[in-house]
Amino acid sequence: MSNLLNRNIVTGRRKSLPIFLCAVAVAIMSSTFNSKPVFSQEAPTQNQNKSDSKQDGVIEIPIAYLREKRDRLPPLSLLDFRPDDDGIAGAQLAVDDNNTTGRFLKQSFRMEENPATTRDELIKIATQKAEQGLGFFVVDVTPDTLLALSDALKNYNAVIFNAGATDDRLRQEDCRLNVKHTAPSRAMLTDALIQYLAWKRWRNLVLISGPQPNDQLFAASIRHSAKRFGLKILEDRTFKYEAGSRRADGGYEQVQQQIPSFTQDLPDYDVLIVADESKQFGDYFPYRTWIARPVAGTQGLYPTSWHPASELWGATQFQNRFQRKSGRVMRPLDYAAWMAVRSIGEAATRTNTGNPKTLIGYMLSDRFELAAFKGQKLTYRPWNAQLRQPLFVATDKIHVSVSPQPGFLHQVTELDTLGIDRPETKCTAFTNR
Amino acid sequence: MRQHRSIIASLTVLAALVLAPFPAAAYKVFVSNEKDNTVSVIDSETLKVIHEIKVGQRPRGIILAKNDTWLLICTSDDHRIEVYDANTYEFIKNLPSGPDPELFDLHPSGNPLYIANEDDNLVTVVDIDTDKILAEIPVGVEPEGMAVSPDGKIVVNTSETTNMAHFIDTKTHEIVANILVDNRPRVAQFTSDGKQLWVSAEIGGTVTVIDPAKKEAVHKITFEIPGINDDAIQPVGIRFTKDGKLAFVALGPSNRVAVINAQTYEVEKYLLVGQRVWNLALTPDEKLLFTTNGTSNDVSVIDVQKLRVIKSITVGRYPWGVVVANH
Repeated sequence: MSNLLNRNIVTGRRKSLPIFLCAVAVAIMSSTFNSKPVFSQEAPTQNQNKSDSKQDGVIEIPIAYLREKRDRLPPLSLLDFRPDDDGIAGAQLAVDDNNTTGRFLKQSFRMEENPATTRDELIKIATQKAEQGLGFFVVDVTPDTLLALSDALKNYNAVIFNAGATDDRLRQEDCRLNVKHTAPSRAMLTDALIQYLAWKRWRNLVLISGPQPNDQLFAASIRHSAKRFGLKILEDRTFKYEAGSRRADGGYEQVQQQIPSFTQDLPDYDVLIVADESKQFGDYFPYRTWIARPVAGTQGLYPTSWHPASELWGATQFQNRFQRKSGRVMRPLDYAAWMAVRSIGEAATRTNTGNPKTLIGYMLSDRFELAAFKGQKLTYRPWNAQLRQPLFVATDKIHVSVSPQPGFLHQVTELDTLGIDRPETKCTAFTNR
Repeated sequence: MRQHRSIIASLTVLAALVLAPFPAAAYKVFVSNEKDNTVSVIDSETLKVIHEIKVGQRPRGIILAKNDTWLLICTSDDHRIEVYDANTYEFIKNLPSGPDPELFDLHPSGNPLYIANEDDNLVTVVDIDTDKILAEIPVGVEPEGMAVSPDGKIVVNTSETTNMAHFIDTKTHEIVANILVDNRPRVAQFTSDGKQLWVSAEIGGTVTVIDPAKKEAVHKITFEIPGINDDAIQPVGIRFTKDGKLAFVALGPSNRVAVINAQTYEVEKYLLVGQRVWNLALTPDEKLLFTTNGTSNDVSVIDVQKLRVIKSITVGRYPWGVVVANH
């Protein structure tokens, strides 16, 4: 019922927004083209129809967006289906943002994207592009594909931005010198959530995890964070379900019985944590538990790098730009892809070059910083190239808080209270470079 | 900013302030409250809120025009500039602004108005008498700060995501220079002699000093506050004394205003004010400096001679901009 309601609201907004935005866009376009050529001395360029060669002294900076074809279980809620352009839309917005700056500096950014493909095909495409001198790859792939891609590109002047995988092993024992992570790690996400629960003094948790490997990784990360910030997990349970059995006529009658009885004999707790990354059962828990307690984790109150309702730190215009361009709200993958492409743009702006080697070097240096609507500069951790970032602790509608929480102090930056800190790192790729 | 003196305007107020011991020093301070859709009016003599003007949605940038008789407010979510009588607080008219106006500045001749349209990468030029848009100038991503040079020849716009100060010729409306500054530039401010332009970078944590004649950056001011994390030092508002000796820079969530020797660029002092201090305004006699403290919903008052915070005045929610009238 509430889902249907939400969908109607969303649809209604979508109908009205484009009309208004079209009008605005037409107004801008007509004003731009009717007025004098303001940037005549700078030779503005369109990014689509140019080769990599320099034209009119304009430096072309091509970026590839690659994604892997994956079989995913359909989520419980119709609202959770992924849009086809998830991630790509964010990268495209960043290309636009880079080009607005680029026209003042005679830099032109261009994105080459391919349809989702298999690991082997993806690596073949990437290698061809690297062979042609393309140096920047933004990817949404599984951890194993990321590692294979990293190995395939290791002898090129190329850097890979991991926008999609939260797996900690990619930042730890499987870290790679040519990989940067704009997606937060699971450890960062669960630390962000657990810090907030600690701040609330909701110290007693029960943990309900799903059977999928990613659910188990999230659950393990919750256990690690709980230990780190002094919260107790009173009981740790697995929730078994028939994968893909989301659709049935009715269904709620049984769920309404099933969840209270599943949670009936739990010890008295403050918060029930669900670990359900594939969105198969977690949304069954809020409002159905035996005792009236909040649900958090992958559903309920959840940690996220981006929230479509955030207007904090000047994000309003950022969200508007995205909606105008893509016709939908911004998702965490879009945001991670945006930060990856903006990192390249920021490095190109500061070094005034498009040379991948120079830009990669600059991004690894302590001079690099990124403004990304999080109220402070974002930097890459020098020990594993993970982008530091404040994280939202949110419900589906709006953010509840932003971690790090007040009082969690750190000698370098409070952002390093989220995720694997330097003393704990198992990453050695960056130490002897 | 430009404080146009008007004896006539002052006299009207004088009549109303017979009880004030030093009536010449009583000015009206206007503070836009971003979340309340109001403007608080403070009497600089009693340091009390004397009136609240109900305005449009999301009031941010606020300046005076017509010899300080007009109060102009960017009501960002209503996509217009609202004009009020600065004496009677009555609504006069709306000016077109282009979408999402945030900050603006007036040509020293009194017209036109240059507006940053944050959502559309434009600077809009508006005639405040005929209410007509004269030009729209494409700039970088998220235009924010606006400053017209004292000689009126150049208008500077900062773009928050492009990280540049764009120099625009006020005659041709063409961009004549783009100067790269640190991340998320907010406010641009000329010294009264026009020889320096300062640009604050909120995320970069610095203020870039630009030589407007050479159109190049000549110095970068950095800040260090013991016990305060670098990330929290976020420069926004800038004000100079007219003699060009002192500068004040609001440092956002570090809750400090830096007092800077504008000739040596040395930070002389940090003054503790309210939370998330963004914008600043001096009284015409330069005895007091007012600061808008967004998260603590107040305005701090600084005694400029003693360099001490003397009072905090509660205003509306999320105070954003501030301007002081010459009456």
